[in-house]
Amino acid sequence: MSWLRRRSRPTDPLLADLCGALAPDRVRADGAERSLTSHDASVFDGGVSGPVCFPTSTEEVQAIMRLAERHERSVVPRGAGTGLAGGAIPLGAPIVVSTGKMNRVVQVDLENRIAWVEPGVINLDLSKELRPKGFHFAPDPSSQQVCTLGGNVANNSGGPHCLAYGVTDAHVLAIEVVLPDGQVAMLGGLEDEPGGLDLRGAFVGSEGTLGIATKIAVRLTPNPPAVRTMLLSFASVRDAAQTVSDVIAAGVVPAALEVMDQRMVTAIENYVGAGYPTDAAAVLLAEVEGLDTGVDIDVARIDEIGRANNATNVSLAGSEEERAALWKGRKTAFGAVAQIAPDYYLHDTVVPRAKLADVLEQVYEIVDRHEVLVLNVFHAGDGNLHPLLVFDAREEGTLERVHAAGAEILRASLDAGGVLSGEHGIGVEKQHYMAELFADADLDHQNRLRQAFDPACRANPGKVLPMGHSCADIQALREVPTGVWG
Amino acid sequence: MSTLASTDAALVGFATEVGSEGPIAVQGGGTRWHLGGVLAENARLVEAPAGIVDYQPAEMIITVRAGTTTAELHAALAEHGQTCALPERGGTVGGAVAVGENRLDRLGRGSVRDAVLQVRYISAEGEAVTGGGPVVKNVTGFNIPKLMTGSLGTLGLIAEVVLRTNPTPPLQRWLRGEHVDPRDLHDAVLRPGAVLWDGVNSWVLLEGHEADVDAEIGRLEARAKITPASGPPELPSYRWRLSPADASQADRLTDGDFVASIGVGTVWATTAQPIRKPDPGAMQIATRMKQLFDPSGRLNPGRSSWT
Repeated sequence: MSWLRRRSRPTDPLLADLCGALAPDRVRADGAERSLTSHDASVFDGGVSGPVCFPTSTEEVQAIMRLAERHERSVVPRGAGTGLAGGAIPLGAPIVVSTGKMNRVVQVDLENRIAWVEPGVINLDLSKELRPKGFHFAPDPSSQQVCTLGGNVANNSGGPHCLAYGVTDAHVLAIEVVLPDGQVAMLGGLEDEPGGLDLRGAFVGSEGTLGIATKIAVRLTPNPPAVRTMLLSFASVRDAAQTVSDVIAAGVVPAALEVMDQRMVTAIENYVGAGYPTDAAAVLLAEVEGLDTGVDIDVARIDEIGRANNATNVSLAGSEEERAALWKGRKTAFGAVAQIAPDYYLHDTVVPRAKLADVLEQVYEIVDRHEVLVLNVFHAGDGNLHPLLVFDAREEGTLERVHAAGAEILRASLDAGGVLSGEHGIGVEKQHYMAELFADADLDHQNRLRQAFDPACRANPGKVLPMGHSCADIQALREVPTGVWG
Repeated sequence: MSTLASTDAALVGFATEVGSEGPIAVQGGGTRWHLGGVLAENARLVEAPAGIVDYQPAEMIITVRAGTTTAELHAALAEHGQTCALPERGGTVGGAVAVGENRLDRLGRGSVRDAVLQVRYISAEGEAVTGGGPVVKNVTGFNIPKLMTGSLGTLGLIAEVVLRTNPTPPLQRWLRGEHVDPRDLHDAVLRPGAVLWDGVNSWVLLEGHEADVDAEIGRLEARAKITPASGPPELPSYRWRLSPADASQADRLTDGDFVASIGVGTVWATTAQPIRKPDPGAMQIATRMKQLFDPSGRLNPGRSSWT
């Protein structure tokens, strides 16, 4: 790719300006790079990427934003591209701002129990650095080996251990943000109640539509002295789901409550051999942590509730190795499905926990009707369903059936009093469904929130809000010089 | 779901009362009436609807109208062995959310802003608006509940909230130690409910199962002379907002008596905290936010959550 590092400045005015603001080798406009950034990890068609920039500082991000404004182009931030809702798909040939080279842990401040990190730091890398100091970063999305903290902030990411600790939002105290007009704002603060509007809270989960985070203060969670990991087997998915509802109702707050159905368990066993029973209709992975007595009491309660719900087997990991194997199975679930079919569409909805069993039954009924195969692995304790539809997109008509089944699953979740997404976000995936959950006035106010940060709708346009409720987006997308990047 | 806002009689009545014209403010219990500046004299005062709409202890959520007293809320929760992040210091639920101050035992109960799952409010245009959703995990759209929590009613008049509840710990025990670095006590225990310090004495609230609490007392005793306490100390009236590191030097930063919340950062002092200059970038967003949500400036005129 050496031809990219041109000695002479590019003739395209935007490229020339970007190369002037950053080092030329950190601005890429070749087909390979633009193809790489044209899509995320979702099933959705990619977009068309403009130049891809790799800034190394807040100042460089500011410079990119100002050039975007001058050249009337939109900007899409990009972390590891592991998003599942199309949030990072570039629409309208925007400048793509990769946070990949802003990957330093700037400061670990044990007195305030925070760390200042750049947005490109990988989730698991941060926890690995913190563990020896007695701390970790609590949100642990399945993609934690590759996903970035900037992406976690943009999506308000969750993970199995967010049941007790809360999602990303509860672990971000302050964010340095470059706004779409190039100005820097510090949102939130290290104070418990920083004063003013909670703009930090508004920014977390905004899917790159409010600006680009350049520095993040994350909370450090102390490593618990005692951890117990249990595996409960059930002859029906309903019994597993009911156990989860009953555990929550009993006032037990485990660190994680994860359910996997038989197809998922079988796929995982064939893939990594985690030690799950393949003859059970569903297994429940339950983890409790804290102090010695409390965790033993919680284990006994979960055991009792599981057996009352016809658990066929209850076991407790006897060693750190056994515990690690149980989690390895859960965390490699999505890799395991590749052996079943080449493509998958991972859904993400939340329902009231008491409705888990009912909605799951509907999910099985819906996919059967559409002749699609489903595997279920989900954060049951939060009521967060993740039906995983597996298929081969090369088979004619399959993708249409997958989408039709997905739409029905969404509606079933909404009918049960649930919401569209628990942790993947709306992106381009679910913006068309927003009006089924929210009234016009509700969406109008969400758009006002967005416009306060980004009056020109230049940051990641065409995402989250349905088009009719975000008219400035249409304008931003229209401004694309057609043919230049097509 | 969203249609509920337009069919709920209490909300419709409140929206009609608020209307779309003229300066207006909601009066709750008046316990924090002085916060955020002086309300314009010509503001019409209204009261938010009251009452618990729905409580599902097994779901750990409660739907409550803004005019409900926090006493009524906590009494209802206590019947099911639950509590929540809203302080029990008098006043109304709407007031507590609009102010956004956390409890003294914030380390144990979490923050108000994390507890508000859904909010319904009346906009400056007199419309009922819903943000968030009635489930414990949700990233569906922009986070309106966060924006409303702590906004002092300057962006919308809160009518109803869905709150996350927590189980009340099986045992809570206040302890006191003298002449010990409060940070040592804070770091010696896993999840204290609160650690307070007045410059000489430290108070620790331990929570959990009895044997765990006893074991934690042992860890504290290894560091200092610890005696049982009947509860937290009296708090001076001014609330300072500091980082945890600064709060553990509150003796150098404040004049007179103080109580610092260690590991949290809030300090109660006998004098007001010097005014801090807000971040200019954040202020610009906030100014635009106010203009977009309340173009005529009719909601709680004279007040700002930044002062």
